[in-house]
Amino acid sequence: MSALAQQLPAGVEIPEIPWAAISPELTLFGAGILVLLLDTAGPRRRTSSVIALAILLGIAALAAIPGGAAPEIVALLVGAGVLQLALTLWLHTRPRLLGAVLTVVALVATIGIAAWQYQAAANGGMVGTESLLADMVAVDGVALFTRFVVAGAGILTVLLGFAYLQDRRIHRGEYYPLLLFTATGMTLLASAADLLMVFLAVEILSLALYVMTGLARRDMASQEGAFKYLLLGAFSSAFLLYGIALVYGATGTTHIATAGVALSDPGTPAGLVFAGIALMLVGFAFKVALVPFHMWTPDVYQGAPTPVTAFMAAATKVAAFAAFLRVFTGGMEQLAWIWVPAVSVLAAITMLVGAALAVVQDDLKRMLGYSAVAHAGYAAIGLVAVSEIGTGATLFYLLAYAIMSLGAFGILTILERRQRKAIAVADLRGLWQSAPSLAVMFALFLLSLAGIPGTVGFIAKFGIVRAAVDAGLVWLAVVLVISSVIAAYFYIRVIVAMFMDDEPAHLADAPVPPASAASTAVSVAAVGVIALGVLPPAVIDLAERAATFAG
Amino acid sequence: MSVPAGYYLILAAALFSIGAVGVLIRRSVIVMFMCVELMLNSVNLTLVTFARIQANLDGQVLAFFVIVVAAAEVVVGLALVVNLFRLRASTDADGVGALRA
Repeated sequence: MSALAQQLPAGVEIPEIPWAAISPELTLFGAGILVLLLDTAGPRRRTSSVIALAILLGIAALAAIPGGAAPEIVALLVGAGVLQLALTLWLHTRPRLLGAVLTVVALVATIGIAAWQYQAAANGGMVGTESLLADMVAVDGVALFTRFVVAGAGILTVLLGFAYLQDRRIHRGEYYPLLLFTATGMTLLASAADLLMVFLAVEILSLALYVMTGLARRDMASQEGAFKYLLLGAFSSAFLLYGIALVYGATGTTHIATAGVALSDPGTPAGLVFAGIALMLVGFAFKVALVPFHMWTPDVYQGAPTPVTAFMAAATKVAAFAAFLRVFTGGMEQLAWIWVPAVSVLAAITMLVGAALAVVQDDLKRMLGYSAVAHAGYAAIGLVAVSEIGTGATLFYLLAYAIMSLGAFGILTILERRQRKAIAVADLRGLWQSAPSLAVMFALFLLSLAGIPGTVGFIAKFGIVRAAVDAGLVWLAVVLVISSVIAAYFYIRVIVAMFMDDEPAHLADAPVPPASAASTAVSVAAVGVIALGVLPPAVIDLAERAATFAG
Repeated sequence: MSVPAGYYLILAAALFSIGAVGVLIRRSVIVMFMCVELMLNSVNLTLVTFARIQANLDGQVLAFFVIVVAAAEVVVGLALVVNLFRLRASTDADGVGALRA
């Protein structure tokens, strides 16, 4: 590095690369490439290529020692080499299982690294709340929180998907690399400190998600969902980008914090400011699915393979909201008078329309898709509160929604394997008699989505209401309550069908398939719903402490 | 002769509007796709113009990233269109009706 710097003419600065700060993204991306390579290598070359990779990692470790790297990094490199060698030798005849195991290992490693970064940041260590990599990324509370949620959701998704994808014969090798790439995009999006990085991260995560949505190549619904997602995703990216271009034109920079300060300067042309903010708002509203920019959500949620839907609902929402928070609440706090009224109205319409449209749905995936729209409206309230309490409430709400939606879609994953078709409300009649544990857990997730006390959904909604009242937005809190009452109707309708009605004859002899991995994932989500619903203070505290933006 | 920078911005805004309207009213998925590309390229024109006005290179760099991303989007999009065509033998978006509410 230093030799290279000497050759360059004066005035060109090479940004220092903060390896430690961006290591979660590097881990996820590297694991994605590795899984992709191992999958394409074929059974015979798989072993030899992994040995070559292990040797490479060993050389890297040897090179790192005189380079002055910390002994932990050397140990990590060696450990990674040994681990993947062992895994590949053990599983080289079962490529899908190998991909799944490596993916879970990478996601667990990401959680570990994020925990270490959190520890280091709390102790005022090397990973502080600062902008890094030429002010492109910021590793702060919001970024770390999102890393935890995304990696956790990814692990549960792998567990949910394994048997399901196998059954539908769409268990392709590219599934796991795509999952890792989209997780990379999500964590990058949550730590983007520059509008350029926001755009790139949105595209990284979206491009992988389009393909994952269309994974079922022979299924018309999956293909159409993927195509609609792609077309509307690209459409909304264009709006976001035009907004970025106008903000750049008004301020001469794409750095979020600098641009925010420059935008609020009275000398900046007002037309550019208004148009830029409005266009970026449209772009973000598409990404987090606020009405009237929600029309892709039900189609995509219904068409995508159910584990992919679960991941989309849980993780994409967190990442998109993290960027929304960072750009609007973090970057444009002084301009709140422009965008807060607009987002408030969007949030109110979203809550009411999402809940009302969910009532008339019969297909459960589509119903949960509309319910996801309503939940985006709830989470947006914390955004317009423009306060630390509001940001913390939104983050906690997104965590809660991730757990609940993973659980609910997870149950649908298990049930779809039993019936081999999409689940309508009528198909759930009498589930209590044939699969009591599934019925109880599904009821728990639905009650939590409805916001019944004792579950995490209630605590999360409570936090949102508190933030709204605190910011003087009582009318939004009232709309939230009205929307929750409407939403309770369709959640309870499903619960009534499961517990009160008799089982239809054609389902009586269709046993619920044993699926240990998926049941484990669903049980973990159920434990999370109850645990966070009964003793939430620790996590709420964590979410509120995470509500910091790098300057 | 020099063309005022505002003309470029107006041209870009017009192209962006044409693209946006095209996505909303055209029914052939290929044409809708081309309209999205038109929108992205009008943004590129805006970025490069602003880079000249602001006299820094950030906008031009961003335009390069947009070109790369647009190419990647086309790859995924056309793959999906080809597969959709194989399933239905039509590129008409109105026929995409399996998911109507």
